[in-house]
Amino acid sequence: MDKRDKIVWLVVLVLLVAFPAVGLSRYLQRVSSLIFIYMILALSLNIITGYMGQVSLGHAAFYAIGAYTSSLLSEHFGWNFLLTCLCAVLMTGFIGWLFSIPTMKLSGTYLAIITMGFGEIVKVLIINWESLTHGTYGVQRIARPEFFGVEMKTTNNGMYYLCLVFVVLTVLFCIAIERSKLGRTLRAIKDDPMAASLMGIELSHYKRLAFTISTALAGAAGALYAHLSGYIDANSFNSDVSMMILSIVIFGGMGSIKGMVLGAAILVSFPEVFRFVAEYRFVVYGLILILMMVFRTDGLLGGNSKRPYTFPRFVKVKEGEVKSDGASGGQ
Amino acid sequence: MTAQYIVNGLTMGLIYALIAIGYSLVFGILRMINMAHGAVYAFGAHMILMFVTWNLGAIPAVILSIILTGGLLVAYDRSILAILRKKKAPGIAALITTIGFSYILTNGLQIAFGTEIKSFPALLGDKMIQIGNVKFAFSQVYILVVSILLLVGLTLMINKTKIGLAMRAVEQNSRAADLMGINAKAVISVTFFLSGMSAVIAALLLASYYQTVYPTMGAMIGLKGFSASVLGGIGSLYGAAVGGIILGLAESLTVQFLSGAYRDAVAFILLFLILIIRPNGLFGKAKISKV
Amino acid sequence: MALLEVSNVSKQFGGLAAVSEVNFHVDQGEIISVIGPNGAGKTTIFNLLTGVYDVTEGKIVFNGEEIQNKKVQYIVNAGIARTFQNIRLFKNMRTIENVMIGFHQNTKYNTFDSTFRTPRFRKYEREAHEKAVEILNSLGFGKYIHSYAGNLPYGEQRKLEIARAMATGAKLLLLDEPAAGMNPQESEELLQFIKELQDKGFTIILIEHDMSVVMNISDRIYVLDHGRMIADGLPEEIANNQMVVEAYLGKSEDDAAD
Repeated sequence: MDKRDKIVWLVVLVLLVAFPAVGLSRYLQRVSSLIFIYMILALSLNIITGYMGQVSLGHAAFYAIGAYTSSLLSEHFGWNFLLTCLCAVLMTGFIGWLFSIPTMKLSGTYLAIITMGFGEIVKVLIINWESLTHGTYGVQRIARPEFFGVEMKTTNNGMYYLCLVFVVLTVLFCIAIERSKLGRTLRAIKDDPMAASLMGIELSHYKRLAFTISTALAGAAGALYAHLSGYIDANSFNSDVSMMILSIVIFGGMGSIKGMVLGAAILVSFPEVFRFVAEYRFVVYGLILILMMVFRTDGLLGGNSKRPYTFPRFVKVKEGEVKSDGASGGQ
Repeated sequence: MTAQYIVNGLTMGLIYALIAIGYSLVFGILRMINMAHGAVYAFGAHMILMFVTWNLGAIPAVILSIILTGGLLVAYDRSILAILRKKKAPGIAALITTIGFSYILTNGLQIAFGTEIKSFPALLGDKMIQIGNVKFAFSQVYILVVSILLLVGLTLMINKTKIGLAMRAVEQNSRAADLMGINAKAVISVTFFLSGMSAVIAALLLASYYQTVYPTMGAMIGLKGFSASVLGGIGSLYGAAVGGIILGLAESLTVQFLSGAYRDAVAFILLFLILIIRPNGLFGKAKISKV
Repeated sequence: MALLEVSNVSKQFGGLAAVSEVNFHVDQGEIISVIGPNGAGKTTIFNLLTGVYDVTEGKIVFNGEEIQNKKVQYIVNAGIARTFQNIRLFKNMRTIENVMIGFHQNTKYNTFDSTFRTPRFRKYEREAHEKAVEILNSLGFGKYIHSYAGNLPYGEQRKLEIARAMATGAKLLLLDEPAAGMNPQESEELLQFIKELQDKGFTIILIEHDMSVVMNISDRIYVLDHGRMIADGLPEEIANNQMVVEAYLGKSEDDAAD
């Protein structure tokens, strides 16, 4: 990350921390928290779709598993949110890992379809496994997270800040992935799986790893959502949600962390801001998918950077040894 | 009792087969899955309903709907997919646009017709017939006859006619076909039109049987039709037919022996199994990847 | 002892023999060319050597170890890396990142290390970056370090593919038509480049159509036709071998020389 990026991130963060000071209504709090949750979901799908180039149409299923795990544990055992959330992350990641074992040979359209099928299976299970999930009644009156006796609510900005903390952690985690072997490897697999494999990359291992990490993050988002809204049922996680997440990833720009954050902010808030289009919002999402694919595959902020490669701070490359000619060289 | 379930399963299976064929036709030529196919099916059903309420008569209503729906798909292909093909965009881009198209269609129907379930006239009659223990609706007979005729007709068309030959040529190698003087563009359009037609006919048959339509009616059946086409081997027409029938029967037997609640999961479990065990389906061709 | 010893290797697709009972060996430090008409099975041999395909029959011994039918990753680790007939760089990654992908197996930290930036993460990342810069500089790539691979000039892309293969720590490099699509000046440069690789201690197998490259650079040449080795020897011997001339050179001297 270069200096300019750091400044932008810091300014955004300061603004977000200060934002509730203007006195947010409960409604605004809810919308902002929802935006944060979708940022996490988009960052999560970005690992599979943005870095690795595979499409998942069933991400809502993992979101749902996280939400149910956390809310049911909290209901039955009254555990603290941090614990139930951790369990949700582990559980969802585990199921994502299980899911990736038989499906890792698939890619492209087939993988997209099977994730969609998985989404439907999870929905059928939620509705019919009544003894566990309360079926169509859903999980009701989910406890608010509580830290040191302070309940995180919308009235004390608690949920807002809790979600914000999760977003910051997720962003840092994704930056760490991008700037590591894992990020490079996933992008190599996206560009050319065959060549990647002949460089010694074990494709199936990395596909599983990407799936596990991505789904685990979706699980965290699910836990947040459950405790934010206080009520969940199968409909909270239908295929529209998967579609929404995918739209954010495409709109924001596949592979771009900033794009996910901006994309979620725009796409989640716009039906709220423009009330008159709320009814048409799936027409708008649909148009976004089509227009982006036709005219701007890189989305808002995706695509190859024009700036030079930034070496990690702890790497000392001798002056003059590397000429900075930007990223465009050779044209 | 079981005979009854088999008859019902077979009826549904043939509908799935019609939907599956819609996927297979397009996949065969463009190696692309049209995720909007379920929405196209719902669109066709609403068009029939609209024209019938305009008192155009059943047959003109169906013909107009076929033209409109097929035309819509052709327009979509010519305006969007053609650009992607020209740009040599990766396959996933086309897939994503079809998802977008699907949402636009479904949401458009909701805005135009409302989200509620509307009753659909029993265009194919609502009499019941009983043979021995087995009871079935007259419209089920229609489903049986019409879908088998359509499946056979399409297969004959592709295997025996000139346009069918052109379709197979484009499927094998669209550039070479182009050089041989085959108008690949026209062939692709015809394919989309046929795909739309099979969806409208499936919509006519099933909507008359259930006597209801609603904007999201295509979501589930679209996914199931897709599962059926993968089951049979996507791209293969008789594979689609067999896949549809297997799925219909499997669902029906699940309802009888297990529980109605898991009916909708059957398709996806079959899809899961087939993709994992034999991704090319029962009748699909394997291909060798080249380095 | 030979670095690579291929004995009686056959490969069939269905009933079709792509390669039949092929024998050859490569000694440490040699540049070996495999030539032959299109469809003779040259690339198939590379695919067998790198584990992309399993052999139907026969033995491949590399560095004293049987590697036939081993996994691709295992073979990369053992020290064989390749380039491709149609350039297969990671186009949307930078030059330096392409080379660092080559270090993949020798970058030994996990996601935990990278998340918490442990000393192990720093150590291996530093190493990967420094080595990548070193390799790129040594090949005269310094000014392209920041460029995306897809933006490089054609000839540089070919060279970058070789650099990436070197980064895997390979002892044996398999170059699949590296001069394809190059003009005479570019292929002359490539010739020098490959000779330098030899000087650096790499052993090289080359598939090549450009006879000026093959004749100038090879220590020995094997000729493949219809999946069989029909001749082998020094460049002069091959140039004068009647069978080879008939099978390959004589038939289309113009094609072979372009």
